Amino acid sequence: MRLEPVANPTAARRYGPPALALAATVIVASLLALIAGANPFATLGLIIDGAFGSRFALLETLNRATPLIFTGLAVAVAFRAKLWNIGAEAQLYAGAVVTVIVGSASWGAVWLQLPAMAVLAVIAGALVLLGPVILKTRYGVDEVVTTLLFNFIMLLFVSYLVEGPLKDPAGMGWPKSVPVEKELRLPRIVEGLRLHWGFALALISALAIWVMQTRTVLGYQIRAVGQNPRAARFAGIPVNSVLVKTALISGGLAALAGFSEVAGLKGHLSRDLSPGFGYTGIIVAMLAVLHPLGVILTALFMAGIFVGADSMSRAADVPTYIADILMAVALLFMVLAILLTRYRVVWR
Amino acid sequence: MSMLWEILISASFWAAAIRIASPLIFATMGELICERAGVLNLGIEGIMVMGAFTGWFAVYLGMPLGMGVVVAFASGMLFGLLHSVLTVPFGLSQHVVGLGVTLLATATAAFTYRLALPEVTSPPRIEPFQPWELPVLSDIPFFGEALFSQTALTYLAFLVALAVALVLTRTPLGLALRAVGENPAAAAAQGLSVTGLRMGAVIFGSGLMAVGGAFLTLSAFSSFFFDMVNGRGWICIALVVFGAWRPGKAVLGAILFAAFDALQVRLQQTPLGAVLPYQLFLAMPYILSILALVVMSRRAEVPQALMIPYNKGER
Repeated sequence: MRLEPVANPTAARRYGPPALALAATVIVASLLALIAGANPFATLGLIIDGAFGSRFALLETLNRATPLIFTGLAVAVAFRAKLWNIGAEAQLYAGAVVTVIVGSASWGAVWLQLPAMAVLAVIAGALVLLGPVILKTRYGVDEVVTTLLFNFIMLLFVSYLVEGPLKDPAGMGWPKSVPVEKELRLPRIVEGLRLHWGFALALISALAIWVMQTRTVLGYQIRAVGQNPRAARFAGIPVNSVLVKTALISGGLAALAGFSEVAGLKGHLSRDLSPGFGYTGIIVAMLAVLHPLGVILTALFMAGIFVGADSMSRAADVPTYIADILMAVALLFMVLAILLTRYRVVWR
Repeated sequence: MSMLWEILISASFWAAAIRIASPLIFATMGELICERAGVLNLGIEGIMVMGAFTGWFAVYLGMPLGMGVVVAFASGMLFGLLHSVLTVPFGLSQHVVGLGVTLLATATAAFTYRLALPEVTSPPRIEPFQPWELPVLSDIPFFGEALFSQTALTYLAFLVALAVALVLTRTPLGLALRAVGENPAAAAAQGLSVTGLRMGAVIFGSGLMAVGGAFLTLSAFSSFFFDMVNGRGWICIALVVFGAWRPGKAVLGAILFAAFDALQVRLQQTPLGAVLPYQLFLAMPYILSILALVVMSRRAEVPQALMIPYNKGER
């Protein structure tokens, strides 16, 4: 078999494969429910109900989507330049660490200190990705492996901090950090509703990235570098400097996930702050075809699956890991479907 | 310093290093085969988890240990098939598909484990491979204990590495595999099936990765934990680079790495361990991997067509 590009795709070709991919994911979900001995329709219903069925569920989903929007954006920005940042997890924790360090004691007016926490967190995340990118541009070290390995190093560093220098003396032996001061927590968007300003910040970030990508020179350069670095260099684009700038933005976005989780939701740092938000961000970004506004939708979708599966597995005897399987299946089906919108398969 | 020296000259230290290196050797050989044929397989981490689970589960259900290894190998091949279909004929991004396969394999293992054993709190144990003291060889002072009192799976790891090296360098099959990894268009012009060879390499390599994972449950820990692979797959990818895509050098790299890992465990017991946080010791293998990449990347001979899909129609 081989692939032939389709010059003028019909509507059926453009929307058919993604729709089929979505349908196939639902079929896999039903099969998994059957294997687990549950009723597929009831299971799917419980997932949807647990994610969007009540005001509480909806707010839970929005809260869960917040870090995913940030990490999804981080990945989308980097992948656009073919910079394979698989280390959003490490950058998230870097942001969380700095948020706790800066926010655990009051030293200034809230209007000064809260933004300072965010800015310093962003810088920390940016620096964490800067290392692998310099290794890439200077020594040609593949950034996939280095960013992945940094995740493990960072998690051990966090473990050291919460058991050592940042340990909460009132933690009753539970390894968590000192809390962020009460007045330095992100306020709720609407009084009485459990949704903090981190969510709004995530939406604003998505919008800002979209503007950056479509309306600025840097956005154009990032695309050029991603499509063909040699041609970009030939056209006079400083490829390495574009990669470094991309890395700073990407790392900073991932760090905002850590900032918003600590300052908005948890109030402290612990080793289980992120259940893999950095890795899920890759799927969020890929499903959104790296579009920053699409990231908002896919992050909500992913968050819905997770929150829904959690609530479903309490009601039915289907393990909550069904969410991770669905995520992976959706990713693989979707990348294949997107390919098939542009190519036709010729059997020979 | 004498403390360090005492550790380094003890046979039990090197026995531990060889033991720790064994799963890495299986998985590194698997990855090396994929990459020599031109495909980066980031499914390695998840495939190792899958192998650790299926191998353990087969034995838990009453199969003999050898059957556990076979089951693990087959489960790895299954995920290799998935990876290769998407990356070879369809030519999808090897990064994205690899990470997707890792996620799928990890989640499937966790899902199945929870489904099969819903109530267990402490992971059930199996009777693992026992050390097999090779006759005569195990009586050699020092080397007998370090090298020839290992489990059958460790010996298998070294045999596999030897076989991979021989096949790659001395056989027509090895030449064909390297050809599709270096210059697929030329290989196709010679009448070789680029798609078939690449898919075969990924499927077989993934089987080896799964056996590497199975080593952890069948020969090392005797239970299955969700996070037991713990980045070993990613380290194997670094080891392939460190070994400059050559089996022999990659095995040496794995042993060196494992010796370092064994050393950090022992250093934690020394006065040094009382001063420095234990996390620093645990982070050492990852830091070492990154350093090795930096040192080796400059003069490595990367397979020319690595990560470049081949489509017959295109020129």
